[in-house]
Amino acid sequence: MNRKKNSWLITTLLILGSLVILFPLYLTVTIAFKTPLEMAGNLLALPKTWSFDNFAQAIEMTNFFNAFKNSAFVTFFVVIFTVMTNSLVSYAIARNMHKKFYKFLYFYFLSAMFIPFPIIMLPLVKQTSAWGMDNLVGLIILYIVFNLSFNVFIYIGYIKSIPIELEEAAIMDGASTWGVFWKVIFPLLAPMNATVAIITSLGAWNDFMLPLVLLSDREMATLPLVQYIFQSQFSTDYNLAFASYLMALAPMIIVYIFAQKWIISGVMKGSIK
Amino acid sequence: MKKKNNVFLVIAIPAFILFFIFHSYPALQGIFYSFTDWKGYGDWNFVGLKNYLNVFKDGRAGDAYVFTFKFAMVSTILVNIISLAVAIGLNSKIKFHKTLRAIYFLPYILSILIVGFIFNFIFAHFLPQIGDALGWEFLSRNILGNPDLAWIGIVVVAVWQAVSFNTILYLAGLVTISEDLYEAASIDGAGVWTKFWRITFPLIAPFFTINMVLSLKNFLMVFDQIVALTGGGPGKSTESISLLIYRGGFEGGEFAYQSANAVIYFIVIIIFSVIQLKFLNKREVENG
Repeated sequence: MNRKKNSWLITTLLILGSLVILFPLYLTVTIAFKTPLEMAGNLLALPKTWSFDNFAQAIEMTNFFNAFKNSAFVTFFVVIFTVMTNSLVSYAIARNMHKKFYKFLYFYFLSAMFIPFPIIMLPLVKQTSAWGMDNLVGLIILYIVFNLSFNVFIYIGYIKSIPIELEEAAIMDGASTWGVFWKVIFPLLAPMNATVAIITSLGAWNDFMLPLVLLSDREMATLPLVQYIFQSQFSTDYNLAFASYLMALAPMIIVYIFAQKWIISGVMKGSIK
Repeated sequence: MKKKNNVFLVIAIPAFILFFIFHSYPALQGIFYSFTDWKGYGDWNFVGLKNYLNVFKDGRAGDAYVFTFKFAMVSTILVNIISLAVAIGLNSKIKFHKTLRAIYFLPYILSILIVGFIFNFIFAHFLPQIGDALGWEFLSRNILGNPDLAWIGIVVVAVWQAVSFNTILYLAGLVTISEDLYEAASIDGAGVWTKFWRITFPLIAPFFTINMVLSLKNFLMVFDQIVALTGGGPGKSTESISLLIYRGGFEGGEFAYQSANAVIYFIVIIIFSVIQLKFLNKREVENG
């Protein structure tokens, strides 16, 4: 590998290809800073002035900070509780796979991966609204429960590779099952916890369909849902719309710029399990 | 030992109950109501298989199935060709390796809905401006406004986004292939093309299978992209099955009818996944 020279042909092709990805983002940033007047001219041009007026107006119009708070609230609690509960459930199943009930449970959670959400959507929404769960807490609970399906699968694969002797040693020292999990197993699961946390936070932050069908109160709208709600108002003012889109995308992009190495390797680990 | 058992049950049983309540129970309810005439409110009666028969006779549902499958198959094939090519590129000896990898993965972290809105603008305003400037007739009109072409716009957005994840999966497969194999093949005089079909492709066949099945399944559920780009239009030309269930079920008072549609949709997805797995596994064995 090292003896080969850098392939400039491939590098050039990949750079050209990457423009296809970066171009829509370039357009988003420049339009977010332009005035409606500038929209009549060349769309590729840079804005004449870099004023934040569009952003201020979009913040006010969409109540951006409220939506941001909702998205952050949901994502934070979903990630924390998904990692803690799903790993625990996976551990219980992984260490009892020889028993019928746990084996059934494993395949039960797994098989749910093949059931597309639209199939359970209609009855689920009726049920959750009847139970007063048509709010952010209900949304959090549903994400945590639904996440079990995929997470049990990747956690168990990993737990199986942890030698059982470690736990036996801890039990000999007088630790309870509970203590063994939190003191021995959970720390050992760190790489998988990171993977699950990354995939879960991306899912919760960007999801549109579940908030759309579940939340009844506009005040509770998450960032993607807000863009949808304001679409009709946006259609008359693209600069405002793009300022709003950019603000909704920015938090994830900023996290990504600093943590892309971990995010990519985390997703990679989750996908090859 | 007995005590340990109890702790595990205390963990496993609530998980089972919660999952049943929020996942299996709604699914069973959906199946139950699919045999009734419930509108989502008020009284209902059993109607037997009437809903199912009506779905098969319903032109709107038929069109949604045709559109969804056309979209999903074209997108699946394009995504897999492009992401395999990108992954091979990223896996070769290149400059700016880390930066390029980060850029190609970027779409994965973005909200599909918002990406859809951005592309909506590109199709509606940017491309026509370019088309006018260059005098290219086919670009000067918004393709999302054309019932025959709007689906292509949705494919573009779906592929733009999905390539990121599939590239990472292929990359994970490619790094496991030893460089020695390629060197040995070079000594035997194998060209780039031969090396790809004889070494690369057979060795990443399991990743190819997973990618094909996952992409097809995801694309069959297409929803966000359509809401952002066309809202199912023009007319009903880009109405996917998910969108039809959502619209009919929540807005059209067709709770029972769309439940029957959802059951059929589920069966179709299972059948497709099984056929695809069988077919691709067979290929893997033949190649391997």
